Amino acid sequence: MNQNAITIALAGNPNAGKTTIFNNITGTRQKVGNWPGVTVEKKEGRVHKFGYDLKIIDLPGIYSLTPFSIEEIVARDYILDQCPDVVIDIIDASNLERSLYLATQLRELGRSKVLFALNMSDVATARGYKIDADKLSELLDVPVHATVGNKNQGVEDLLQKAIELAVSDTAPSRHRKVRYSNDIEAAISELETLLTPHMEHESPYDPRWASVKLLENDKVVVDRLPTVLPTDALDALMSKTASQRQTLQARYDEDPEIVLTDERYGFIAGIMKEVFSTSSRRRIDTSRNIDRVLTNRFIGFPIFIFFIWAMFQLTFTLGAYPMDWIESGVGGLAALIDYALPDSLVKDLFINGILAGVGSVIVFLPNILILFFCIALFEDTGYMSRCAFLMDKIMHLIGLHGKSFIPMLMGFGCNVPAVMAARTLESEKDRLLTILITPFMSCSAKLPVYIVLAGTFFGARAGTVIFAIYLLGIVIAIVSGRLFRTTLLRGADAPFVMELPPYRVPMLKSLLIHMWDRSKMFLKKMGGVILVGSIIIWALSAFPRTTTFTHDYPAAMAHIEAAYAEKTARADAEDQPALEKEKSERLLEVQRAMRAEQTANSFMGQIGQGIAPVFAPLGIDWRGGVSLLAGFVAKEIVVSTMGVLHAVDEEGSEALREALLKSGMTPLAAFSMMIFVLLYVPCIATVATIRKETNSTKWMLFSVGYTTAVAWVMAFVVYNGGRLIGLA
Amino acid sequence: MITRQFIHKPLSKVAEGQRARIVAVGGGGALRRRILEMGMTRGTELFVEKYAPLKDPLEVIVKGFHVSLRVAEASEITVEVVE
Repeated sequence: MNQNAITIALAGNPNAGKTTIFNNITGTRQKVGNWPGVTVEKKEGRVHKFGYDLKIIDLPGIYSLTPFSIEEIVARDYILDQCPDVVIDIIDASNLERSLYLATQLRELGRSKVLFALNMSDVATARGYKIDADKLSELLDVPVHATVGNKNQGVEDLLQKAIELAVSDTAPSRHRKVRYSNDIEAAISELETLLTPHMEHESPYDPRWASVKLLENDKVVVDRLPTVLPTDALDALMSKTASQRQTLQARYDEDPEIVLTDERYGFIAGIMKEVFSTSSRRRIDTSRNIDRVLTNRFIGFPIFIFFIWAMFQLTFTLGAYPMDWIESGVGGLAALIDYALPDSLVKDLFINGILAGVGSVIVFLPNILILFFCIALFEDTGYMSRCAFLMDKIMHLIGLHGKSFIPMLMGFGCNVPAVMAARTLESEKDRLLTILITPFMSCSAKLPVYIVLAGTFFGARAGTVIFAIYLLGIVIAIVSGRLFRTTLLRGADAPFVMELPPYRVPMLKSLLIHMWDRSKMFLKKMGGVILVGSIIIWALSAFPRTTTFTHDYPAAMAHIEAAYAEKTARADAEDQPALEKEKSERLLEVQRAMRAEQTANSFMGQIGQGIAPVFAPLGIDWRGGVSLLAGFVAKEIVVSTMGVLHAVDEEGSEALREALLKSGMTPLAAFSMMIFVLLYVPCIATVATIRKETNSTKWMLFSVGYTTAVAWVMAFVVYNGGRLIGLA
Repeated sequence: MITRQFIHKPLSKVAEGQRARIVAVGGGGALRRRILEMGMTRGTELFVEKYAPLKDPLEVIVKGFHVSLRVAEASEITVEVVE
């Protein structure tokens, strides 16, 4: 073991400035991932300072250490099981009383050494609060250090104090823990006597703490005790616990856990009396005034809509410029490869496999950067909780939390950042639900498909039809949301009880770090699953190479060449360009026919034709089926594949429209196909993001299966229902 | 001696801009714990800052910080209005 390695965990309430301090300490040297088995974000940073290798862990923001939310369990288990050398509790000095609730619990835990950082002391001073830090330190027997995180004041000293504490050989202090009233203290010591003989030194549980938790009927502790205690001792302990709980219940006419919470706040009130005083100086509460405008009864919503609109504009309008650059960069690279390499399979793999696949996803990077910058701005200023405050009534109708609105709305742009934005939701259930229904928000990549199909078959009514498709997506999302809430993700809603933090001026550095963290994850995916996926899809459509064609295309081309060579020789000089044009058009026609046949004979084509019976009841022919299959890479590919298969120019041209009309597709079938495109499995990038964000292959597969099943059923019902009532 | 009779009512019935003192916190499980852990224990004073534009949720100020809760959640908290 490295003698100089120290692990420091940062704990604290949400909005206490924990992340700011973490960013100040670690800068960009941080690793963002998930805590094992859950989707709670885990941030870890390593720095070398004062001659020590420091590992800094940013624990999730919590109010308490009870096992009610996943964040609380994660934080508590980390401290208990990993026993960091020091836990720094970031206390919001402007919110001292509530912060002390977590602080006293950390003290009670008796595991790691604890250090308090009295953060945002400037805000507290501005509000006229006076906090006697020395007294606080004395009362709880914990070193206290003042910091101003967003001005990076005192952070360096804090770190130094933490190191001093870590290397000092004082054990975590066992004195002056929370004192409860006599009845409770008696119950605690009864249990403690039973527990102490069995608690080895390396046991993560402090006997007194474990006794308190038993009285509170803490599920995690109750479940874990059998691994620490022999059976007979456990039985004795559990029956003692039950009788003590009963006694307390009878005495207070209240659950013991509630009594304990009450008493902790009572104990804190005592501390507050000694350390906290407020001067009569009253300042204008700017934050409150801002909020009176931003959540105003009449203009709150218009302002909110404006901000969302502005975010969309920035993301998709401003983002369009770098998008163009990336597109032309990818195009240039493809041209370069085309020029440098001889025609070969490798070249095809590079251009049509890797570049086309990864390129079609990497163009979203500017969008994602801008979007996450905006979201970080919303979060860091404190506006995000106001969005939830405004939207909760509406979102709650679907069984969702107010904060789900942002991810769902972003789904209309691109599902990848939308699914990632679900991270802002604290409850795992809400997050999962949001992730599952976000793909029904029709993303912008699906629009070209609608434009071609609706434009071809519905003429002047195309706009209305496309609007109906978008609306259908929203309706399906609502219905699915309610369905999941009552089945898979049942259970009481997570309490909405949510702090509305004061508005703050955001720090650019922290905005940029937030933006970069999330974009980095997106880029990492490029190298992994999307690359592999693109290569697989390419291989499926490029092989087998040796098809026996129904026509002798090379011969046909040679024939055209020969015929025109003869014509050109006989024609006048002024007719030559026209003849040349005619020739190349006829050559192109043959080439397209050849490519169409090659694609039809490829594995992809064979699969498409193999599963044609699946699409037939929806009125979609095998070409449509193959295009939909190819659309798994990216929805834009649906249109270009249809172009290839109908042997016309790509990209929704007039020729494709004619070909579609000629193919015998009816408006009803086109509508059915649009519904299918709207609802079926999202693109590979989104699927990979769902896997990453839910941290579960099972949920990813569920999402893929559910969306596709819904798509098929809806398209089937609409197509056959339409035929029944006589639409064609 | 003048005794003032305080009327108990759910927090969800307290009008915007009124001050109230918590008498009891009902509800079960996670919700009740969360409310108490945020410091909304018996005897705590709170101020109803505002209701959201759609009348749900509402925002209260307690112990110097702002908390929003749904009307359904607020109805689990019994308070007495103080002037």
